[in-house]
Amino acid sequence: MSGHHLAQLNVGTLRHPLDDPRIHGFTSMLATLNAVADRAPGFVWRLVGDGSNDATAVQTTLGADVIVNMSVWESRESLWDYVYRSGHLDVLRRRAEWFVLPKTAFQVMWWIPAGHLPTVDEAVERLELLRAHGPSPRAFGFRDAYTAADAGLDVAPDRRLSC
Amino acid sequence: MVEDIEAIVVLQDPVRRQLYEYVVAQDHDVSRNEAAEGAGIGRTLAAFHLDKLVDAGLLATESRRLTGRSGPGAGRPAKLYRRSGAEHHVSVPARDYRTAADLLAEVADGARLDVELRAAAAREGRAARAAAGPIEDLDAVRAVLSARGYEPRTDADGAVLRLVNCPFHVLSERHPALICGMNLALLEGLIGDTEGLRARMDPRPGMCCVSVTASKNNDD
Repeated sequence: MSGHHLAQLNVGTLRHPLDDPRIHGFTSMLATLNAVADRAPGFVWRLVGDGSNDATAVQTTLGADVIVNMSVWESRESLWDYVYRSGHLDVLRRRAEWFVLPKTAFQVMWWIPAGHLPTVDEAVERLELLRAHGPSPRAFGFRDAYTAADAGLDVAPDRRLSC
Repeated sequence: MVEDIEAIVVLQDPVRRQLYEYVVAQDHDVSRNEAAEGAGIGRTLAAFHLDKLVDAGLLATESRRLTGRSGPGAGRPAKLYRRSGAEHHVSVPARDYRTAADLLAEVADGARLDVELRAAAAREGRAARAAAGPIEDLDAVRAVLSARGYEPRTDADGAVLRLVNCPFHVLSERHPALICGMNLALLEGLIGDTEGLRARMDPRPGMCCVSVTASKNNDD
């Protein structure tokens, strides 16, 4: 097993309040989507709010109307297969019905040591990093093929370059 | 471009084309013996042409023991063939619709034109349906989708058509939400209101995002 995992955060601004009937198509799918994620190969962890089974109630500094989703995966491939090659894709293709057009990066991924559980603050920080400076080994998207080694995670401590 | 032309020229040989078509139609990696049998030719001739197809970049190969045993007495590993991941396009004179398509998709994705694209795709699907003539059952859908390059394969129970090839592969990897939504709308338009048939999002690794389901048995 590898010593690093891939963490991801994606955020979205809903077109209507979460309990609005026009958002029902999205909210009605959430439990199923999360169950598919929990069973997906390579799934490690996902963020849930207090006393909840999803992250819709989690608030961040990004704004009250922004909902977040955050999870950890064994590899880029396992995350890709869940996002684009599972029932999740059917919800994704209808994103424009429920979420406003993002004006800036709305998803970010970054490598973490296996066993580390990222905090929401840490995730938002990575998203801000991507928004401010573009893709880098510390904050990137699916298009960018940065490895854990690029982020300095794969190298044994005694051989790591000092910087 | 030269490599693309050479790859396509390799397929001009009818024996090679037959072998290629047999290998890519299977849902597993194919041994020399199986390919020879499938194409109705001798094993030595099949091996020769299979390796020509590998050299041209049309097939990929690996050696594996079929028995699952290892060590002495397990036998020599068999050479197995499958379709290579490479794409070959030839256009004379040169045309580059892929770059144009990617740029258009990039902008449509960024502007979230999903709904508008789905509407256009559904219109295209309905026009293709009108041109294809009556589509009354899963076999008719299979023929139309086969002609459009989807490489449909019927499930064991004959009620589901799975699509092995995505005709929009590169675009669907770069803009999955947009392009897979477009593809579903296209196929929904194509199937139209045919009773008992439904196109639905059914993504699996390595396959097209859509499958077509018959809700009742075709035999009745």
